[in-house]
Amino acid sequence: MQLAFYIAGAVAVIATLLMLTRVNVVHALLYLIVSLLAVAVVFYTLGAPFVAALEVIVYAGAIMVLFVFVVMMLNLGEHGVELEKHWLTPGIWTGPVLLASILIIQVFYLVRGGTAGLATGVVEPKEVGIALFGPYLIGVELASILLLAGLVGAYHLGFRKAEKPEIQYGRYTAERRAAASGDPVLARTDQLARTP
Amino acid sequence: MLVRRNLIFVLMSLEVMLNAAGLAFVVAGARWHQADGQVVFLFILAMAGAEVAVGLALVRQIYARFRSLDADALSEMRG
Amino acid sequence: MIGFLWLIVALPFASALVLAVFGSRFSRSATAAVGVGSIGLSALITILVAVSFFSFPPSGNSYTQVLWTWINVAGFEPQIGFYLDALSLVMVLVVTFVGFLIHIYSAEFMIEDEGYSRFFAYMNLFVASMITLLLANNLLLLYLGWEGVGLCSYLLIGFWYRDPANGRAARKAFIVTRVGDTAMSLGLFLLFTQLGTLQIQDLMQRASEHWQTGSIYAVIAALLLLGGAVGKSAQLPLQVWLPDAMAGPTPTSALIHAATMVTAGVYLIARTHELFALAPAAQFAVTIVGAGTSLLAGFSALTQHDIKRVLAYSTVSQIGYMFLALGVGAWQAAIFHFMTHAFFKALLFLGAGVIINALHDEHSIFRMGGLRKELPVAFWTFLIAGCSLAGLPFITAGFFSKDLIIWAALSAERGHPGLWIAGMVGALLTSLYIFRVIFRVFFGPLATPVTKRPGYAMTVPLLVLAFLSIVGGYLKQPLLDFLRSVLPPTMEAPTGALTETHSETIAVLTVLIGIYFAYLFHLQKRSLAEAMVANPVGRTLHQWWFAGWGFDWIYDKAFVQPFTWAAEINKSDFIDGFYTGIARLSEFFYRALSETQTGRIRWYTFGVAAGSVVFIVVVLLS
Repeated sequence: MQLAFYIAGAVAVIATLLMLTRVNVVHALLYLIVSLLAVAVVFYTLGAPFVAALEVIVYAGAIMVLFVFVVMMLNLGEHGVELEKHWLTPGIWTGPVLLASILIIQVFYLVRGGTAGLATGVVEPKEVGIALFGPYLIGVELASILLLAGLVGAYHLGFRKAEKPEIQYGRYTAERRAAASGDPVLARTDQLARTP
Repeated sequence: MLVRRNLIFVLMSLEVMLNAAGLAFVVAGARWHQADGQVVFLFILAMAGAEVAVGLALVRQIYARFRSLDADALSEMRG
Repeated sequence: MIGFLWLIVALPFASALVLAVFGSRFSRSATAAVGVGSIGLSALITILVAVSFFSFPPSGNSYTQVLWTWINVAGFEPQIGFYLDALSLVMVLVVTFVGFLIHIYSAEFMIEDEGYSRFFAYMNLFVASMITLLLANNLLLLYLGWEGVGLCSYLLIGFWYRDPANGRAARKAFIVTRVGDTAMSLGLFLLFTQLGTLQIQDLMQRASEHWQTGSIYAVIAALLLLGGAVGKSAQLPLQVWLPDAMAGPTPTSALIHAATMVTAGVYLIARTHELFALAPAAQFAVTIVGAGTSLLAGFSALTQHDIKRVLAYSTVSQIGYMFLALGVGAWQAAIFHFMTHAFFKALLFLGAGVIINALHDEHSIFRMGGLRKELPVAFWTFLIAGCSLAGLPFITAGFFSKDLIIWAALSAERGHPGLWIAGMVGALLTSLYIFRVIFRVFFGPLATPVTKRPGYAMTVPLLVLAFLSIVGGYLKQPLLDFLRSVLPPTMEAPTGALTETHSETIAVLTVLIGIYFAYLFHLQKRSLAEAMVANPVGRTLHQWWFAGWGFDWIYDKAFVQPFTWAAEINKSDFIDGFYTGIARLSEFFYRALSETQTGRIRWYTFGVAAGSVVFIVVVLLS
């Protein structure tokens, strides 16, 4: 059991790192899915089968699928890859890596000293359900309201209205910025995107 | 999230962070052998779903207006 | 009756206030009624007070009326108090009466001007300040009047403010007199710290008690007061402002710069004569200043072509005579000359105003001519005044007063033959320049046609003043006796063979010589005058005297240009730098902060991350 935990953890970390460094969006998405599945395995080894299942169904199954849908709809293609290569310079990693390492050191410092092992037992889905209907009832209701808000918002934002002057403005700004940025890749992408 | 300029990557990194937080909660719950960790993970999951839905709708709108997914292109509120 | 003394001051002040606040709403005749009427009432009350003074002479030959105590601080108690004695009575009579005539004249002269009520407000304020100066019983109140007349002089010179040249002339007058005023205030400080009071009578008494004759304090105090007098009366070295002050309206020039304000210096010295008697060095300085100025101004007057500038230099020269008289100790002669000079100089200016007005603002005597038939009243009155100025014997007042001074320059104990010769040369110059003007303006062919003739309001004052210019001389003995109660008689010294009659005869001869030469050069053979100017030596002298002996040029180079240079340099001085530095620092921070608002999400997220790192570190370490 412990071995499974470590292997799954390693897979998750490596998959996430790979995801971060891909230039192709779809590749990165796939790596993310792998990472999420690995995390599900970790949950199972920790004795939380309910959330393991939830992770797979909701997170990897619904949210990631949503991502894939949208990426496919955006249809970035070859020029997307070029853009990403253009943007992803080595020098850009320094600051965030520095910050992240400081944070990791802080986290390790905070959680030092705990020596409890794993395999302390499984928390049954039944227990989770009782907790949900008991003390966390309000949380459930609020989560449902949140989901409703998200639904309405996504519906409204997804609405592609007819050509409005604002869009014209946006197009002008983007066009000017893209052309004037001196960035040949960006300008080319912009130009390509405009041709229907 | 700080490194990538593509908005999709930004959202993906956001998902990773939420996942990590949820992982921490579940581990804590398993440590103390209580259901609370998993409950919180459930809530996080719900929130992540709503956020992804809205976020991706926004990404589509941005692409429609600005013709690019560059996070740095969305810098009109500056100065 | 004598208790109405304060009204002489209060009425013009009140009318100035009324005209200043409501003047724009009054009609022309209402403004004139208020402006002229207040001075008329003042003159009337002065006459009543004088009658009362003569019929019931108050004890000690002086009357004091204190209105209230002005300041009361640590033993320093100047009051608003009026002191009437022979000296101040004579001067107030002259000022109010001549002022009244000039106000009547200006009611018609300024009728077309849009600043009519403003003019009368300023003129009334001037008269009020002048009378305050004359009647003040302490030097601080005198200084108040002094400053008041300076202010009104500035306001009136720059009356037509739309022309910047008038503003410059006004500023020049104010600044130059300010130099004198500063000297005077230093004198006041010295007197107060040494003698503990500024009440004039007490001051004079304490001065003669505490200070020996020739004491250094007395000399310095007297010299400082002389500085003030020199500034206000336009004597050497501060005479440069008076010719330029002719930029103001002619009634102003007549009142302020001929008859009254410029004699304030004479009054000051006469008032503090005991102090000057204690400081022979200072009194000698007065003499030198007077003699030098009268000669300098006489030469300059000979070359001017603007009729008012000739009269301005003439004023400077005649006040030089008064200073000369004060310097040699002929106090009454100086005051007598002040009185006659007020009459004929005001008349000259008013006559010049009539001419200028009639010829539609023509000022140059070389463009005038033949006005004898066109403006007869102006001609005859101007002629009478000119003769009085030159000192034509027996029939003019100027003869009596000027010859008294010239004789005193020789015969007084502090007199000197050199001063007598200077006086004679001055007389020669005087008759030369004034008859030059008369022959050029009234005789010869008509150069500029007459477009306007004066009305009654302008001619009647001319006639009155002409009358006084003739008969004023006969007041000599009564006046001198009257003033003896205040001013000590001149100390005489033996003069050898020369008697007063001899001196008078020589003076008359010089006057006649002057008239003859003026006739020769400016009427009979005008080409001679042009030849004299064309000659290189003549031309240099002419230009030098025309520019007032170069004083303007010297002051410009020595004071004005360095000052303006320093002001230019100081425009961005270090104090300014401090404040602009603060502004620039704020701007720098603003721009720096503005740079952090890039609008880019990644940048803001970076900020959040860095902030949380810092926060956690702080929490961990504390």
